[in-house]
Amino acid sequence: MNRRWYSAPYLVWSLIFIVVPMLMVAFYGLTVVGEDGSFIFSLENIKRFFTPLYLGVLGRSALYAAISTVICIILGYPAALILSSKDLKHKSVMMFLIVIPMWMNLLLRTYSWLSLLENEGLINQFLRFIGILGSEEYIQFLYGEGAVIFGMVYNFLPFMILPIYSVMSKMDYSIINAAEDLGANKFNVFRKVIFPLSIPGISSGITMVFIPAITTFAISSILSGNNVNLLGNVIEKQFGIGGDWNFGSTMSLVLMIFILISMFVMPDSEKESQGGLII
Amino acid sequence: MKKIVSLLLAVLLCSLMFSGCGTDPSKVIRVYNASEYIGEGVIEQFEKETGYKVIYSEFASNEDMYTKIKTTSYDVLIPSDYMIDKLVREELVQPLDFNNIPNYQFVNETFKSPYYDPDNKYSVPYMWSTVGILYDSTKVKEEVTDMSVMWNKDYSGKIFMLDSVRDSIGMTLKKLGYSVNTTNDDELNEAKKELLTQRELILGYVTDEVKDKIISGEGSLGLVYSGEAGKAMAEKDTLKYAIPENGTIYCVDAMVIPANSQNKTGAEAFINYMHKPEIAAQNALETFYGITNVRGLELLPDAIKNNKGLYPDATILEKSEMLKSEGNINQKYLEIWNQITAAN
Amino acid sequence: MKKLQKLYLYLILVFLYAPIIIMIIYSFNESKYRVWTKFSFKWYIELFQDGQIMSALSNTLLVAVIASVLSTIFGTIAAIGINSLKKWRKSAVMNITMLPVLNPDIVTGIALMLLFFMAKLPTGRLTLILAHMSFCIPYVILSVLPKLKQADNRTYEAALDLGATPALATWKVTLPEIMPGVITGFLMAFTLSIDDFIISYFTTGPGVENLSILIYNAAKKGVSPSINALSALLFAVIMLLLIVINVRTHRASEKA
Repeated sequence: MNRRWYSAPYLVWSLIFIVVPMLMVAFYGLTVVGEDGSFIFSLENIKRFFTPLYLGVLGRSALYAAISTVICIILGYPAALILSSKDLKHKSVMMFLIVIPMWMNLLLRTYSWLSLLENEGLINQFLRFIGILGSEEYIQFLYGEGAVIFGMVYNFLPFMILPIYSVMSKMDYSIINAAEDLGANKFNVFRKVIFPLSIPGISSGITMVFIPAITTFAISSILSGNNVNLLGNVIEKQFGIGGDWNFGSTMSLVLMIFILISMFVMPDSEKESQGGLII
Repeated sequence: MKKIVSLLLAVLLCSLMFSGCGTDPSKVIRVYNASEYIGEGVIEQFEKETGYKVIYSEFASNEDMYTKIKTTSYDVLIPSDYMIDKLVREELVQPLDFNNIPNYQFVNETFKSPYYDPDNKYSVPYMWSTVGILYDSTKVKEEVTDMSVMWNKDYSGKIFMLDSVRDSIGMTLKKLGYSVNTTNDDELNEAKKELLTQRELILGYVTDEVKDKIISGEGSLGLVYSGEAGKAMAEKDTLKYAIPENGTIYCVDAMVIPANSQNKTGAEAFINYMHKPEIAAQNALETFYGITNVRGLELLPDAIKNNKGLYPDATILEKSEMLKSEGNINQKYLEIWNQITAAN
Repeated sequence: MKKLQKLYLYLILVFLYAPIIIMIIYSFNESKYRVWTKFSFKWYIELFQDGQIMSALSNTLLVAVIASVLSTIFGTIAAIGINSLKKWRKSAVMNITMLPVLNPDIVTGIALMLLFFMAKLPTGRLTLILAHMSFCIPYVILSVLPKLKQADNRTYEAALDLGATPALATWKVTLPEIMPGVITGFLMAFTLSIDDFIISYFTTGPGVENLSILIYNAAKKGVSPSINALSALLFAVIMLLLIVINVRTHRASEKA
């Protein structure tokens, strides 16, 4: 039996659990409810989305998600590199240590950051205590875009570290040794050997950080005090108080198409050889 | 290792299959209520006294509940006024048999015959609340009598608005002297401008955290629901709660039985039990929301029932309004809200 | 250099653990609010009397364990299959796989709810597990695929040449090679399952709540510190397990 058949059950599964819900989103997104409650095909909601207000929200969400993805790479890549290095002991323990924080509920963790970062929070109180700040002064960490990006990096960093680590951990060290034997210096070994080999992990990481970041609403809501509204917030309210599933679906649809396109144009040297838009 | 894993899986699967069954279905009632909106142990007491088994679930918002009941059947729902209006119009609830709810006689006349159920056919009021201003009297020295304090530059960076589309726009409309349910574009535009000027002054739009933030001193004043204000005041005595003199938004949450209920008799027994005076008093005392039961009100401590914030004079209530959500009014308000909070 | 590397890892860990330590400290706070009043075990005592939290805890763990184990098995098999597909088919399948990751949770939640309704499947733990699997499997595939690309296909083919059946060769040769990917996939699936609230909310049945639903529902009015206490306890148990397992494997390797 060819291994290609291993994907058959999954194809059936994805038909039911992925394609059907997607078709429903597309259906709602491209219709409006008529006077008599029937669904009428219409591009009205698409037009409504392509106004400065909603495009601005989309642009902002994409920008913040991109910035936090880049920060996650900058912070996460070295961590994954160190984690996978031969002489680090207790590797699996370290990996668990990186995942375990994520097992505590996201809302609880985010509320905890409030305790630390508020104007009257522990960090400001500490700065007052050691005299850096006057008794009434404070540094405002929250209530803005910085806090939102911070929250995204915090919540999604492990999703960057893990895939990179998993790719690098089984890297063929004989290649590295060979490169070193042939006289390559450390920097060149990294640039010519290690980095290219770790690219599949980076692309997985980018996907797993960028997408949850661009769709989040809890993080932006709590850390910015709803001052920064991302597309996730706007969609959530449309399905909630707005009760307009059609426009809510339209926004989701546009968001999905946007993500697919941005993943497509994402520079990925291995795209051709690997197949697949994203991996 | 493998044995342990397969053993664990077997145990898990078994517990998955055989849980929650085995009770006579006519003795089971499914109650769907807002979160943290019932006294501790009330359900257990009800189960003990009546022999019913309650499957109790909670929802975060009326809209979440509305979506959920379309595919799942419950026996008692406790949504808010405007949502009941919608449920009645869409025939998703059924008329009650008041012979099974004798305690209805204790329900305060003020809350009978509301707009969402003018003939008292479908609903029994549960509790009620207002929207008002929670403030720390050591920081806000003036006497708070209306919404203008929320625009006062002296408190810049210390003000919190509610992250609730209808309540925040509605209270601004009220400040301007308009109805909280207006669909007049000029009036709504005026409210939008007010809210845009206020953005410079406020720290954020929050719901749950506002209690924490005002108790800790992060903010000095904020818009809140009366029950939440009650909890905050019980925690710190310098906090006060004021309702604007020219009226506010008030909200009544009521108990209804969905049309697809599988145990109407049990549901009515539950509704009746919630209006046993001592139970109604316990619910109001623990949640700080307004009691709708006159006998129960007498049982509340003076500090609560004489608190003008939690139980305002009838004159203020007369000037106040309940939210309505006919047609696409919510969408209209949300569009404005997006223009205020999402456009920058 | 080594010290610097270690220091960097510790800094990352401090960043990840800071709010959890704060959460644990505040679980001993007498006040319900985020203002320190005095030290107390009150919330721990209340925790064990709170049937709602306890049943939510068991639901959370039950669903997370079953959903992530099944997703890992299913996702790994699927990834092996996808990896041996030809170019354009592979692209097509991968793009479908990405969709649930792209879909906002609320859309997935409502869509799945309607799906279960149409299939006349009563909502409860079973639908909850199916729903969790639907968003966990793509992450498993995403974790396993890069390892498969890296894996040396020649060893697999060698095993075939030596007479192994494809299934046996996959089990004995490919699986060990891609194990780190499988493990990260499992960890991610477990993490996502534990943290999900919106999809869970719409796909669960009356009386079946997980901790995230409980927290999300209560968020409008303030989450009970008992939940902080519970998280602190869970955290302690996990850490203890980690230490015990680590010490035991360490001893085992020393003996060997």
